[in-house]
Amino acid sequence: MSPSPSPSVLAPRPVLATDAAAMRARYPDAFRSHPARRARAFALLAALLAMAVFAAWALDFNPRRIWMGLDRLGLFVSLLFPPDAGGRMPAFLKALGETLAIAFLGTLTAALVAFPVAFLAAKNVVPNVFVHFSLRRVFDVSRSVDTLIWALMWINVVGLGPFAGALAIACSDFGAFGKLFSEAIEAADRKPAEGILAAGGSGVHRVRFALLPQVLPVMASQVLYFFESNTRSATIIGIVGAGGIGGYLTEFIRTLQMQEVCVIIIMILLTVAAIDFVSSRLRFAIIGRKVASA
Amino acid sequence: MSATVPTLPPAQAEALAASYDAATATRRLRGLAVAVVVAGLMLFAGWFAEVRPAAFANIANFSDYLAKTIPSISAQTPRADIVAWYWDLKTWSRLLGETLLMAYLGTLLGAIGGFALCFLASANLVRNPVLRFAVRRYLEFCRTVPDVVFALIFVFAFGLGPVPGVLALAIHTTGALGKLFAEVVENIDMKPVEGLTATGATWMQRVRFGVLPQVLSNFASYGLLRFEINVRGAGVLGFVGAGGIGQEFLTAIRNFYYTDVSAILLMIIATVITIDLVTERIRHRLLSLDQRP
Repeated sequence: MSPSPSPSVLAPRPVLATDAAAMRARYPDAFRSHPARRARAFALLAALLAMAVFAAWALDFNPRRIWMGLDRLGLFVSLLFPPDAGGRMPAFLKALGETLAIAFLGTLTAALVAFPVAFLAAKNVVPNVFVHFSLRRVFDVSRSVDTLIWALMWINVVGLGPFAGALAIACSDFGAFGKLFSEAIEAADRKPAEGILAAGGSGVHRVRFALLPQVLPVMASQVLYFFESNTRSATIIGIVGAGGIGGYLTEFIRTLQMQEVCVIIIMILLTVAAIDFVSSRLRFAIIGRKVASA
Repeated sequence: MSATVPTLPPAQAEALAASYDAATATRRLRGLAVAVVVAGLMLFAGWFAEVRPAAFANIANFSDYLAKTIPSISAQTPRADIVAWYWDLKTWSRLLGETLLMAYLGTLLGAIGGFALCFLASANLVRNPVLRFAVRRYLEFCRTVPDVVFALIFVFAFGLGPVPGVLALAIHTTGALGKLFAEVVENIDMKPVEGLTATGATWMQRVRFGVLPQVLSNFASYGLLRFEINVRGAGVLGFVGAGGIGQEFLTAIRNFYYTDVSAILLMIIATVITIDLVTERIRHRLLSLDQRP
């Protein structure tokens, strides 16, 4: 390659500096500038930025307000310390337990209900366009209503308390699980199913022995993942009176008892970190090794 | 069309069945144990969350409630009835637009924050464990504290309106996207980065030319997914006075303006589903673009 043998491996080899013309000739693609691509990227960035400026203007962002707000925010943050539960620790612990119970019940209920429905919504199990389409829309609607809105509705039925919270989480997750599960079923390998059919198995056999073994681990890991994220959302569901630690959290923020707020936030952080740890361990155990997360 | 499948003689079939049972017995037992544990936990959680199945007797409330939210639209004057149902369409559309803008700005600011921090949280780019640990804990804090809680605090600091809502969404998004981005960065092919290191590139240059081209389409896809989630989230931030359509919706629910509830809810659902479909399409294109060599 180089005309003279290199004297030492350690000496710097200015390949590019000496051979720039040769390199340029050999790899024209790496040196070519792409004005069209560059212009497109630029236009996209400009559009994003213009939209952001418009949004900031429309939403009444002004620097003075932000500045004064930051001042007050600093005051609140300084009030957070030192954390002090004010003798309410047992009540907080019970509320935290309630939060976990809400997340657990809600996630599991949603999964149990979505499980059979997802099979009906999978194209390769029920090849009926109408069923497929309408179930998908049911999932969409259930998913697009926020947990807090579901909670407000369920409070009308079962009254204030954690039960309403669990039902709310179950309702909004039902849609998410239905979608994810049915997609997992549709992505399953067809060969085992064909094998079962060839051996004279019925439709039920096909689902039980060909599809289930393939999709169950995926589903289990998704359920665990949702349990993790639901422990987070269950911490706020108390804001509308649907149980859990959120009730205390809102109350203390509204009355500016920031030391209690600090305790509660630390408790939530620790709990969520613990749940994350356990459930990611379980997830990896279930699916063997890291699977590309959706 | 019907074909007979030859079956084994009974003796052989029985032997096969027996060995199958033996092979699956332990797995079956383990499955059963898991089921029992989960059921036990569920009962315990049910007791703790004060589940009263009897309360379902009130399910009539739910259907009554739903029935009341259905507006009366007569066949004679359907247009006028719909106009009467959506009597405040102007305000609601404005608020829904505000919600979308909040979600947009919050997602963008959060994505910028997550983008800036994700490289520092990646084990393959940052050797300093203290820095990595600090960044990771910060991201965890941002995404674990729910956006509504940030909004509550920010409403005190910045006053009512969409500003605290946007900031709350931005902080929560920073945490969520920072983590996802960091996972993407940790899964890249390190060869280009090593090549750049060998030519003496600085850390910034390595990130710009070695990492960025590999991760950008995934980042965009996650950003869009988050936008979709934030639209839903921005819809309820109004519950605590942080702008968007939530305030109006809560008023309608609390004051039992039944038809308003259904009108606003339908608007929210339609918006969320539309955004869902659009972003899903863009995301699929982005990801398939990524898979091309």
